[in-house]
Amino acid sequence: MPTVSVKRELLFQALGRRYTDEEFDELCFQFGLELDEITSEKDIISKEQGGGKAEGASDIILYKIDVPANRYDLLCLEGLVRGLQVFKERIKAPRYKRIMPANGGVQRLIITEETAQVRPHAVAAVLRNITFSKDRYDSFIDLQEKLHQNICRKRALVAIGTHDLDTISGPFTYTARPPSEIRFKPLNQSKEYTASEIMDLYRTDSQLKHYLHIIENKPLYPVIYDSNGVVLSMPPIINGNHTKITLNTRNVFVECTATDITKAKIVLDILVTMFSEYCEKQFTVEAAEVTYHNGRTCIYPELAYRREKVKPDLINKKIGISEKPSSLAKLLTRMCLKSHVTGSGNNIEIEIPPTRADIIHACDIIEDAAIAYGYNNIQMTIPKTYTIANQFPLNKLTELLRQDLAAAGFTEALTFALCSQEDIADKLGVDISSTKAVHIANPKTAEFQVARTSLLPGLLKTIAANRKMPLPLKLFEISDIVIKDSTKDVGARNQRNLCAIYYNKNPGFEVIHGLLDRVMQLLAVPPSKASGYLIRAAEDSAFFPGRCAEIFAKGQSIGKLGVFHPDVITKFELTMPCSALEINIEPFL
Amino acid sequence: MLGAHAVLLECSHLWAGEHQAEVSPVCSPQVIEAEQRSSKRWELTPEGKEIVQEGSHEARVFDSIPAEGLPQSELMKLPSGKVGFSKAMSNKWVRLDKNADGGPRVFRAVESVQDSVREKLQLVQQGEAESLEEKDRNELKKRKLLMEVIIKTYWIRKGSAFSTTVTKQETDLTPEMLASGSWRDLKFKAYNFEALGIMPESGHLHPLLKVRTQFRQIFLEMGFTEMPTNNFIESSFWNFDALFQPQQHPARDQHDTFFLQDPAEATDFPMDYLKRVKKIHSQGGYGSQGYKYDWKLEEARKNILRTHTTAVSARMLYRLAQQKFTPAKYFSIDRVFRNETLDATHLAEFHQIEGVVADYGLTLGDLMGTLREFFTKLGISQLRFKPAYNPYTEPSMEVFSYHRGLQKWVEVGNSGIFRPEMLLPMGLPEGVSVIAWGLSLERPTMIKYGINNIRELVGHKVNLQMVYDGPLCRLDS
Repeated sequence: MPTVSVKRELLFQALGRRYTDEEFDELCFQFGLELDEITSEKDIISKEQGGGKAEGASDIILYKIDVPANRYDLLCLEGLVRGLQVFKERIKAPRYKRIMPANGGVQRLIITEETAQVRPHAVAAVLRNITFSKDRYDSFIDLQEKLHQNICRKRALVAIGTHDLDTISGPFTYTARPPSEIRFKPLNQSKEYTASEIMDLYRTDSQLKHYLHIIENKPLYPVIYDSNGVVLSMPPIINGNHTKITLNTRNVFVECTATDITKAKIVLDILVTMFSEYCEKQFTVEAAEVTYHNGRTCIYPELAYRREKVKPDLINKKIGISEKPSSLAKLLTRMCLKSHVTGSGNNIEIEIPPTRADIIHACDIIEDAAIAYGYNNIQMTIPKTYTIANQFPLNKLTELLRQDLAAAGFTEALTFALCSQEDIADKLGVDISSTKAVHIANPKTAEFQVARTSLLPGLLKTIAANRKMPLPLKLFEISDIVIKDSTKDVGARNQRNLCAIYYNKNPGFEVIHGLLDRVMQLLAVPPSKASGYLIRAAEDSAFFPGRCAEIFAKGQSIGKLGVFHPDVITKFELTMPCSALEINIEPFL
Repeated sequence: MLGAHAVLLECSHLWAGEHQAEVSPVCSPQVIEAEQRSSKRWELTPEGKEIVQEGSHEARVFDSIPAEGLPQSELMKLPSGKVGFSKAMSNKWVRLDKNADGGPRVFRAVESVQDSVREKLQLVQQGEAESLEEKDRNELKKRKLLMEVIIKTYWIRKGSAFSTTVTKQETDLTPEMLASGSWRDLKFKAYNFEALGIMPESGHLHPLLKVRTQFRQIFLEMGFTEMPTNNFIESSFWNFDALFQPQQHPARDQHDTFFLQDPAEATDFPMDYLKRVKKIHSQGGYGSQGYKYDWKLEEARKNILRTHTTAVSARMLYRLAQQKFTPAKYFSIDRVFRNETLDATHLAEFHQIEGVVADYGLTLGDLMGTLREFFTKLGISQLRFKPAYNPYTEPSMEVFSYHRGLQKWVEVGNSGIFRPEMLLPMGLPEGVSVIAWGLSLERPTMIKYGINNIRELVGHKVNLQMVYDGPLCRLDS
């Protein structure tokens, strides 16, 4: 969930009234935001780097507000204020307009064929006669960063470039060239570098290093030039220094390059709708023309208003309220969804503004009506749905066995389903390739290399972590292991195993054997060769030779019991003899 | 021997150890009564005693310096050299000439000195420690010249059963006493009811799983059927795509999800349904705009460790849609996996609790009412709902409850109504709504048992003593 940090004073100024922290927290809660933290730059620095470093930092109060991940229109002060003011009916939602420049000189961006392999899409727009202040400028930069981190998926899907239009002259060309042929002075650098040098330059940059991989291995890098060959940007890495925006910039050229055109359009719409507030003609955006290499031409930003019709009855029924159509329309209008009742009152027409790309279905509209109505004003009801409950048979058996294993004096452990290869192979004296283990592709540490194929390692590690406890230690676990199985759609399946372990100064094989007899008694399986259970001497590298037996029941092998091999005991950092039992309980269902 | 009052020094060993230790008959409360008193006394340490005899280290240093001074190196070799020199310097009794011939040399700085440390210690030795100022005593204590000794004394007086003749008391009833009837004439030792009994030898259930049992019970009481969640390995298709979670969603990132190397891909899908899922993502339909991106089968095939049990809910709802619709209530409590950064409250695997109701005409009010009943059974009555965002539910609401201990509203779960984009491609009838909610099993358990570090609760580093000592789990009390 993205967090937006805004200055409290600035926020209250824009809202035209003051709130106590509690009042503002409550307002956020109703609107679906969360006032996560009240802090200041000074607080943040002293928390992160220690008190000494914070000296001189600003102690202006900041609100950190959590915004739902799909509400890109609330990612900056401008959008938050607009959303809240409309919600509280203090203003009407602005209407955003795309205008063509009066003199007909529309800015043009031409996309060449070479971009197809690396980053095929671009959209653009112009913010004309904008007035920045320090706070507005900071918010403008911040919003781009927030968009980059969220909808743009760390610039992989979309990258935004904003430029001082008065420093360049169109038409602009979006192309892709070999890195050695691209040469310019990157933003805030004092000299020119080639594209390859730029990649090296930013390899250690705490921010930019995360974006290099997006184009690094491509033969051609994307780049935007003006008509004089000035580099605007090398997306998605860095802008040129030449077109840098300052507090005095009056005209901003916005370009978004992308691998996902839908997202590029949304990002452009959000950025220009938010900041057109500061244009001379408020909430208007000057169009730009984008031409693909095949000649197709598009005008951006789209700033499209979409109309939907939803029946008031449906809204009421889905929420569980009974509001008049006119009051539902009013509720929706408070959510920036301008609505009115049409016809004989059996339909509501809703206009979805370009800022609300999150509204893709009637259910999104219904949710907004519910939010405006107030979730906590909705009458709670109990559904009349009549059903008979059933337990999952495997879990039912597990629950019953757990109770009786505890009654037999064993204590239940709860160990991880993921572990290292070493745990299930080397430490038990087997080769990993002979296990049917499922392997994880991207473990951050060795603890998450594989899913366990046995419950034994988890119990042995539990004992190792509790060596100071009085002996004997008697533990059990009934839980799932995972093994590859090509008959399953995903190629693997769980298996419910019962595992028990006895750790003392003597191996206690008879104790573990006795537990097996007790489990079989509980499962009503008699000791018999014909139809019951039996154990038969077996070899297993985990167990001491001659001290291991295989367990057969229901006509199949269900597991083993035995005294651990001294190597196993040592590898799990234990010092006492130890015996154990592990069986599959699924045949007893 | 025992007068009305007697002082017994060092009697404390009689009471040493556990209360279970046998109390000698003489000292049992009925025979005599003892009252513990303690007093403090200041005593010299061995070093303090030495100073009373020989003078303080600094005075000894001063005395050892002749008129022509002494090289510092030689001075340091003296027994009192190191401590004495620095004290003498800070008292300004001596001075150091660093530039003297043959290295730094120490000279007397005053004619004579008054060894007040020795004088103060002498007072203590004479039992007049109280006449010293507290700061002086503390200073000497800090220099380890003085120590405070606490003397425990017992005031002993006759008890209610005081007697000068000793009769041997029986420890306990025996079968012989019962047979002979001798118990009638015997005196029995008193039991010490202050002591604890002997714990029975027993096995124990794990605290988290005791809580799991309670949650299971609650769902069963509410008529919910348990889902088969015994499949940790899931395809991205069921875990994400079926839930209308777009393929570029951050949750599908390597940083959040465990992908499998082997078996890397799922092979078998209900193809008609898969086509409908592809269409709803890439083009929309069923009244939805869709996400308008290039949906790829390769992405859906990727096997993962399931990130939520909702993947199983999706399979169950799909199965439900393949027959004539009947209302259903499902629940599950099982493990899910996240490739996240680990800390004191986050592990790579945890248990998710999930409830699902599918029926015609369910409302948001029904969801809230169901949640109220569910949480009431957990002993949580004050609930509040906050609008939220989930990719597969709309409307969505986070559930907050008022925590009396923390004196604030805390999030206790997440909930919503499944999106039509998820349900309609499965083939569920249009009028059917599915409400659902989820929470983790670990969080309420940690709050319930006051556990701060999740590793003490889950996994092999569990504190077995905690498991042994755990109380019954009664969530509503």
